[in-house]
Amino acid sequence: MIKFSEIKKSLFISIWFVFLTFPIMVIRVNPIEKVIEWRWHNIMLVGIGSFIISYIWRYLLKRKELGDQKAKSGEEAKISMIREALSNPRVFKMAMFGVGILAVIFPFVFSIYQTNIMITALIYVMLGLGLNIVVGLAGLLDLGYVAFYAVGAYSYALLNFHYGIGFWTALPIGGALAACFGIILGFPVLRLRGDYLAIVTLGFGEIIRIILENWNEFSFGPSGIANIPRPGFFGIELSLNNSITYIYFLMIGLTLLTIFVVKRLQDSRIGRAWIALREDEIACQAMGIDKTKTKLTAFALGATWAGMAGVIFAAKTTFINPASFTVWESIIILCIVVLGGMGSVVGVITGAFILMLLPEYLRAFSEYRMLIFGAILVTMMVFRPGGMISTVRRTYQFKDETAERKR
Amino acid sequence: MDWEYFFELLLGGLTRGSIYALIALGYTMVYGIIQLINFAHGEIYMIGAFTGLIVISVLSLLGLNQIAIIFIAAMVAVIYSTAYGYTVEKIAYKPLRNAPRLSALISAIGMSLFLYNYVLLAQTSDFLPFPNLIPEFEFMEPYSHIFSSNELVIILVTAMVMILLTLLIKFTKIGKAMRATAQDKEMAMLVGVDVNRVISATFIIGSATAALGGILIASHIGQINYFIGFIAGIKAFVAAVLGGIGSIPGAVLGSLVLGWTESFATGYISSDYEDVFAFIFLVLILIFRPAGILGRTDTEKV
Repeated sequence: MIKFSEIKKSLFISIWFVFLTFPIMVIRVNPIEKVIEWRWHNIMLVGIGSFIISYIWRYLLKRKELGDQKAKSGEEAKISMIREALSNPRVFKMAMFGVGILAVIFPFVFSIYQTNIMITALIYVMLGLGLNIVVGLAGLLDLGYVAFYAVGAYSYALLNFHYGIGFWTALPIGGALAACFGIILGFPVLRLRGDYLAIVTLGFGEIIRIILENWNEFSFGPSGIANIPRPGFFGIELSLNNSITYIYFLMIGLTLLTIFVVKRLQDSRIGRAWIALREDEIACQAMGIDKTKTKLTAFALGATWAGMAGVIFAAKTTFINPASFTVWESIIILCIVVLGGMGSVVGVITGAFILMLLPEYLRAFSEYRMLIFGAILVTMMVFRPGGMISTVRRTYQFKDETAERKR
Repeated sequence: MDWEYFFELLLGGLTRGSIYALIALGYTMVYGIIQLINFAHGEIYMIGAFTGLIVISVLSLLGLNQIAIIFIAAMVAVIYSTAYGYTVEKIAYKPLRNAPRLSALISAIGMSLFLYNYVLLAQTSDFLPFPNLIPEFEFMEPYSHIFSSNELVIILVTAMVMILLTLLIKFTKIGKAMRATAQDKEMAMLVGVDVNRVISATFIIGSATAALGGILIASHIGQINYFIGFIAGIKAFVAAVLGGIGSIPGAVLGSLVLGWTESFATGYISSDYEDVFAFIFLVLILIFRPAGILGRTDTEKV
């Protein structure tokens, strides 16, 4: 039922937003020609839009409060359909089989253009899973993640340019170099608290980009490096189409490897230490976990994947320049992790596909891409901090009778 | 040694530092009260500058005189920035007050991204020329080659704002409530402080000073675009950390130190790496004195 007071509230909010957005949305000045453009139709848009959004916003907020109350009073939270389906091994196997078949036939069914988009999406899956180690598991907000991506890309490009080193040699070197950078950055900053860490990593990302842009003798400045060879296939020259298909399968393989490693890491001793560190640093130290070492491994391992993804990116586009490695790229990767669900492998993969593929197919909205990403970050944090597919916490239910009686 | 060049850099650094101080105040006050880095603060500053430019353009077409335009533009910019600051807090931070700090931080980054793209899409991606608002004073004539009237006004306004703010926090009721909330939010609530109002007030004051800074620096540099908020915000944050985050005199001191460092480093070393100096400085400070120059070190308790 729609109450009158609710409508009044929404009306008030929409008037407030019309006032708020008036100078920016309605007036556009051109100081050179001294012309002012009035766009009155935008008032209508803002008014109606904010009216509807405020309504939905309050409805969701109320539902979330109800959910919180339920969780507090001990009722079991409803398990979402997707998670239930995933926990059923038969459904899971069927789904995996379907995805596998789709992955194999994809480049033969769809055009080269589509395959290229898919490769980009897979690179972002890899980046997302790498950042997931740092942000999702260890709880360290890293806003300079793209710097490690840049290190990987440039290490392949420069090693190839100067010493003619091939893709397969560069792949581990790029990963290792990025890990080294992760450790170099990690040493001074890991003593800091969460929010300082975010700013320092952001600064680090910018430093790397500014250096790449200005140090012409080393990195060829803003013009970048061109003619980077695509990965070789046992020394056989491939045509453009074939080599793209080849990179595609390579990427599928690497993504599978990433998923495997991340899954294994998550359940290992070090993975448990990361999660413990995320939940409570002091309690974790009291349990005898070496805080610095654990954080450093998270940083270094996260950076390794970014470095390898960078090498592939350089090989795929055959041209790199510093403009590909801005701080916004870091934030897009963060958005993937947040939307999908921090700490959840399936979530991050889904998040990467949604955020990378949707803008490609909805060309009309691509202009608004970053605006929507910003809105996604805020709304996800407010309504579903766990992401779309959040991780299931391993819990042990105390439901035996002795416990009941003691109470 | 070239003394004239040295003084030019010294005064340039002072101006730079004053601007940083106006923005850093917002960071440090918000951090002092809710322990959150308000990433959207730089964007509020940018919106202040944009609103100022729009008002100036409209009014100068109407043909008002210069002084009236300056005051109306500054007032409108301050009103709009405070309205944005207030709304941002209500949408992105208030629902997350009891959530983990990482969530609030990500929400802040999202808000910053949103506002920045909002201005980019609704206005333009080009650089817009910003008129010089402050007339050249006659008594400044002999020094005009090293120090403009514009810079003098910036320094004076900053000093005035700092004094007013100190008085506000020391002697008014809301200032007292702010100090109480910063010390212990729950305890303040228990003794009858309306914490939500205090937080709103903090955002409003911070946004107002940022808007003043936005108009002053835009008039000094002579152009604006949608991107100015990002780098200015980061640097002001560095300044706030440098001085000791949460402390208002610390923010001013940190801003001045950062302003001079940048001014001398770009003047004597290289201007290509202007932004790198600020970040390296930040890392060094955080390693050797994490609490900042005037901040107090407190150990984290369970």
